[in-house]
This record gives sequence, C-alpha cells and structure tokens, in this order.
Amino acid sequence: MKARMQVLLWAAQRASAVVLAALVFVHLAVIIYAVRNGLTAGEILGRTRGSVAWAMFYGLFVTAVAIHAPIGLRAVLAEWADWRTPGRDRALVLFGLLLFARGLRAVWAVTYA
Amino acid sequence: MNHPAERAAAPHASPLTPHAPALRVRIWRGGADGAYQTFEVPRLESQTVLDVVTYVQRMLDPTLAYRFACRVGMCGSCAMTVNGRAMWTCRTHVAKVAADGELEIGPLNNLPVVRDLVTDMAPFFDKWARAQGQFKGDTTRKDDFARVEPSTPERQRVDAGIECIGCGVCYASCDVVTWNPDYLGPAALNRAWTLVNDVRDRAQSARLAAVAGDAGCHACHTHMTCSERCPKGIEPTAGIAGLKRRVLGAALKGEL
Repeated sequence: MKARMQVLLWAAQRASAVVLAALVFVHLAVIIYAVRNGLTAGEILGRTRGSVAWAMFYGLFVTAVAIHAPIGLRAVLAEWADWRTPGRDRALVLFGLLLFARGLRAVWAVTYA
Repeated sequence: MNHPAERAAAPHASPLTPHAPALRVRIWRGGADGAYQTFEVPRLESQTVLDVVTYVQRMLDPTLAYRFACRVGMCGSCAMTVNGRAMWTCRTHVAKVAADGELEIGPLNNLPVVRDLVTDMAPFFDKWARAQGQFKGDTTRKDDFARVEPSTPERQRVDAGIECIGCGVCYASCDVVTWNPDYLGPAALNRAWTLVNDVRDRAQSARLAAVAGDAGCHACHTHMTCSERCPKGIEPTAGIAGLKRRVLGAALKGEL
C-alpha cells in the first residue's frame, strides 16, 4: 500500500473517532435518560420506530464504526500478530463491510421492522 | 552537601571511601542470548552508573565491553538499560536509581547486542538517513549567510528538538519500535522535524514522503515514553505530531 493511502487511512481513523466521540456521548446520555423509569424493549422501540432522525443518527454511528474499527485492527494485527500482508488489508475490508451491513440491518430493524 | 571542612572531619570524608554496604550489580554478559553476571562494587559518594561499570571493567573483569566517550552528557555514547529503563549512565547518579543497593545494567533494547553492554547503533542511524535526516540546501559558500530570526515559530520549533545527542534512549524505550521494527523511531523523526522547520532546506517533499505512513510518523501511538525518558528534555512526540499534520496536509494536496 502506498504511503499516501496509509496517511489517508490514518486521517480517516482520526476523523471517525471525532464523530464517534460525539455520537457515543449522545448515546450514553440517552441511555441515562431512558432508564430513569426502568428499561424495556417497548420503550426503546417506541422511540426509534419510524424515526428518521434516530435512523440517521445510528446510521452515521454504524458508518463511523465500520471505518474506525478495521483501521485500528490493521495496526493491532501488524504489531501484535506480525500480519502486514495485502491479505490482511483485504480481510479487514471484508470485516468493515460486515460491520457496516450488520449495523445497518440492526438500524433498519429498530426503525422499520 | 556539608561544608568541605566538615566533610574532611567526618568519618567517611573522602569521596573515595566506600560506604557500606557495597552495591550488588548485575551486568549483562555476552550477546543476545547472554545472561546477567553479578559483581560487588564499592558504593562511593557521587558515584554514577558509568563509574560502576568502569570499576567493574578496571578492577574486576577487564573483558567487560561497554561504550562511553565524553562522560559529561554530550556525546550520547553511554546509554544503557538500568534497572529496566534506558538512560544515559554518565549523568545518572547511583543514588537516584539504586535505592536498595541493587543495579541491573543491560544493553539498550530494540538494537542488536554486539557484546555485553555494547549495541550495534547502525540500525538506529540508518533510520536517520531513511528519514532524510540530512540538511539539503541550495546555496554555496559564495552566497551570504541565511538570516533566520530566533523569534520565528519555525526557528523555535527547531530549537525545541535540535539538542538531540543521538544516545538512542528514546529508540530503546519506544514500544512501537519493538512491535514494528521498520518504524523510524522517535530520534530519526525528531531530526526530520527539525529539518522540516529549517527554512533553508530544499528537500521538504522528499522528507515528508520519507516519514509518512506505517513505518513513519503515523505509526506513533503517542505513548510519550520517548519524551519521558529523553535525557536532554526533548519531546519527540511533539515533533512527530507536527510531522503527522504536515504529511496529512501534503497528502490532501496530492503532494505526497
């Protein structure tokens, strides 16, 4: 992989971390607010079902995770497992796509299912 | 410290008088698969770790290999691993590192061991070269001196990193070097950062390309061990952060 691509991956991981920091903050704040009267699936679904805003919120969350996690794992695999081949990068692209697909399916499930 | 006259009258007055008990010193012997050997060394006043190693070689075992030159913290030759931490030995007092009278002295980590306390510094300095650590100007001796104001931000950034003595303490302390042997390391990147801020230098694009990516500044995890342990008080982590920003700027402009 060329150095420019490595630098852009580094930047993408930092940028996705910034997005995640804000989204996780909102996510935690909502959890604290939501459990004040006990936590039920019905209450959660009542908030998310049909809500385009929550779908966009968690859609962005899933997108940021799908970018952030594979790039971080790329460094972990290089440094701790000594796996630095192009095969590692291909495996991580698949892993990122899996996170993205499974995440969006979960968002769809709590919004429209 | 007492007045010299009081010192002279005290029972352990002479700086050469051993204090009891003696130091128990474990020193690495052999190559990478060597082992520690234990020596008893008299505890002296104002004794440095380098004094201890020198005593062992001169009085106990002349086959001990170690490296030093200036003895005053300028040459960067005498760095070793002392009680698990890389440090310069000529300016490290025994009193600061051997509170319980024990010292374990080994070669620097992350470098091939030649013998005993001597490491091969070639990989370390080869990385300075790989990071384009040489100044490349475009003037000749016939040109006037360049005038660089000391107050400019560029010059101040150079000042912050220029006093590196190349001792290798930061390199030996860096976990990322251990995990990623291709990583240029803090000293080479600090050198590159001083040149990136040198307004006379004309090799900036090549240098930014050399320090970019998985083996360059972007591999740094900002553990800051290099900054913590640099005997000269330099903060390579700050320079590496600066390089990350510069390289990203170049990458976004398509100049990388």
